[in-house]
Amino acid sequence: MDTLDVSRWQFGITTVYHFILVPLTIGLAPLIAAMQTMWVVTGKTHWYRLTKFFGKLFLINFALGVATGIVQEFQFGMNWSEYSRFVGDVFGAPLALEGLVAFFLESTFLGLWIFGWGRLPKLVHLATIWLVAIGVNASAYFIIAANSFMQHPVGATYNPDTGRAELTSIWALLTNNTAMAAFPHAVAGAFLTAGTFVAGIAGWWMVRSMRRAKTATAPEAAKLEGDARTMFRPAARLSLLVVIAAGAALVFTGDVQGKLMFEQQPMKMASAESLCHTATDPDFSILTVGTHNNCDGVTHVLDVPFVLSYLAEGEFTGVTLQGVEDLQAQYEEQFGPGNYRPNLFVTYWSFRAMIGLAAGSALLAVAGLWLTRGGRVPDQKWFSWLSVAAIPTPFLANSAGWIFTEMGRQPWVVAPNPTGVDMIRLTVDQGVSHHSVWTVWFSLITFTLLYGALGVVWFKLIRRYAVEGPLEHDAHPPGDDEEPEEPDTPKQLSFAY
Amino acid sequence: MGLEEVWFILIAVLFTGYFVLEGFDFGVGMLMPVLGRRKDADGDTRRRVVLNTIGPVWDGNEVWLITAGGALFAAFPEWYATLFSGFYLPLLLILVALIVRICAIEYRGKIDDDTWRRRCDWGIVFGSWVPAVLWGVAFANIVRGVDINAEKQVTSSLLDLLNPYALLGGLTTALVFALHGAVFLALKTADDVRVDAVELATRLALPTVPVAGGFVLWTQLAYGKGWTWILVVAAAAALVGVIALTRAGREGWAFALTSIAVVASVVLLFASLFPEVMPSTLDAAYSLTIDNASSSPYTLKVMTWAAAFLTPVVLIYQGWTYWVFRQRISTKHIPPSIGLPLGRR
Repeated sequence: MDTLDVSRWQFGITTVYHFILVPLTIGLAPLIAAMQTMWVVTGKTHWYRLTKFFGKLFLINFALGVATGIVQEFQFGMNWSEYSRFVGDVFGAPLALEGLVAFFLESTFLGLWIFGWGRLPKLVHLATIWLVAIGVNASAYFIIAANSFMQHPVGATYNPDTGRAELTSIWALLTNNTAMAAFPHAVAGAFLTAGTFVAGIAGWWMVRSMRRAKTATAPEAAKLEGDARTMFRPAARLSLLVVIAAGAALVFTGDVQGKLMFEQQPMKMASAESLCHTATDPDFSILTVGTHNNCDGVTHVLDVPFVLSYLAEGEFTGVTLQGVEDLQAQYEEQFGPGNYRPNLFVTYWSFRAMIGLAAGSALLAVAGLWLTRGGRVPDQKWFSWLSVAAIPTPFLANSAGWIFTEMGRQPWVVAPNPTGVDMIRLTVDQGVSHHSVWTVWFSLITFTLLYGALGVVWFKLIRRYAVEGPLEHDAHPPGDDEEPEEPDTPKQLSFAY
Repeated sequence: MGLEEVWFILIAVLFTGYFVLEGFDFGVGMLMPVLGRRKDADGDTRRRVVLNTIGPVWDGNEVWLITAGGALFAAFPEWYATLFSGFYLPLLLILVALIVRICAIEYRGKIDDDTWRRRCDWGIVFGSWVPAVLWGVAFANIVRGVDINAEKQVTSSLLDLLNPYALLGGLTTALVFALHGAVFLALKTADDVRVDAVELATRLALPTVPVAGGFVLWTQLAYGKGWTWILVVAAAAALVGVIALTRAGREGWAFALTSIAVVASVVLLFASLFPEVMPSTLDAAYSLTIDNASSSPYTLKVMTWAAAFLTPVVLIYQGWTYWVFRQRISTKHIPPSIGLPLGRR
């Protein structure tokens, strides 16, 4: 592998790793804010316990999310310096705005939230977690606006004197229709992830508490059943409603995004469908076989008519879609010789994995809402299995979606906008830094090993705290039942590292 | 004054903010094992006192670096690209250290186990020392100049970066941050931890004054401008004043002085650089300057508006956080560990 390949692997590994953690943060922050709001409004202690329980899982996740995010901020300059020179004028703006608007907000107010229990007034403390929730979502907006420029450059012009893209309209950049579709899609994916995460854990705890109650002594059994009924059931139902809403939003925004892609990046969509040759009303492919990295080895096994035409243009018939080989010929004529095809295998299957994996959350939502209908609390063993099994599916779907989006844009790092400025385009080999291959190997191995080790720690901590359940320590809100203290004994911190 | 100058100043402000705020974070992390090593008290509680002085704020402090990086990318993309591709390995080490530190701080209290805590402490110490040294090495090299060729590529090797001036710079930042952290700890703790922090600060000041003084003087003589003598004097005077004020129990003023020393030193480095941003030692024509490395006027204008509106807001709410958590902490304030035991229940 040469420097380009290693750099691409490195960016892929670190970004996918970062985006395992990010959606949970984005979705869980508002969910926890909602739980805390329920506590503040209703005064019911179980919402407080849920806030603290999921708050701990949130913080474990947030730490590694921040740690892996820092690398991304510098990796553009480290490994993709030529790209950074070419688009820095445009691309840097949303990144700096993200820092100024979002990162400061989330990090500062998260500190206030963690350490502010019992120190800040209740409503001020509630406001801090809402500001964190706003901050994490705002950061998603800015970084997706930056990414959308790479997919569909707008608001910029090419300066032949400096040989780089230059910003002409920040407004156009921030309202890029690609970003306007990608941002809600990613946020809906994040809400699906967090909703499934909370519902999965609460569902597992519901069944576990109900089954334990059967063999426990009478007071213990009453407590277990009470927890399942008054704490885990509302948590599960709240998060399952979030899953339903997020699922609907995903379908809608995904459809909008797909239609934009057919228009803006036809090669990506042709590749996602393994559509090799331009055709009118081609069928939607469900299954293909073959070696698949090129058009020669592709055999369509299972196809559905009308679907693809609708996905592309909202019409069932009369839609002509360009194929990979025809687009290749067209690009060669337009941009000179070169291979303009993405990896057909990865784009085809990541697209299907993204959509197919959503079934995990959907299944949990249907089963969970049905089993908890009319005040019921489930104790079926299979439901606890389903709850746990559903948790990883949205994480995988998020990764698959981003792998599709990013690898579908290959070989471009800034894909040419068919209706934009022609010269704003850059292939990945033009964007990479001039390092020796060993330098990049070294950082690739370093990050992979470090991330691997921290990933294991992250997973074990999340599992450990999820299995432990809401802690005794958090049974009562601070200041609720404290005995009057001696005036000269200092009040202990409500939280300390 | 053109927008290029404005942004040069803003970048300097962001890095100054980062070094003032993370300076004592690093110092606290570097000194945690020193202050927690006492036999007569519970070492772990003392280490937790030390760590919790920065508990609610360290994450927000670190964002100054991220934002400085983003601002560099937006305002001076050529500087961003040349700097981070050119200083590849030092930056990689800094990133590794920061990653380890973040996780170590956040995860330390999550498991109630001595081995776990010891490993996290190592992470905090490693994650604080490495950037404290390497930022000094990096900035000294930026001021000194590195081999930048006509293609804006840094061709200096890693060994070139470890020259005497840069190593002195690294030693300086490490010592100054440690002192800054010790004074911060004296300001933020109570009882015996405070007594020990005062003691530690006065002892740290002794090597810090000559080393930092030497580095600042070298910078001034080799790269400084006429007016930057003020900064040299300010930095030196501030460091000398720290000893007396800490001894007298005036930690607030002592902390103001270490902050002034950090500000004066960082401003000196940036002022020595101006109007270049990365001088080339190969040929002055290859140097990156605020003019040939900056973004277009429109981008600079947009970013200026954004910075003008948002920076004061950030300063206000970060200042408020410091106000909320202004109380001193002692071992009596530390609650018992609520971490889970390692194994399953």
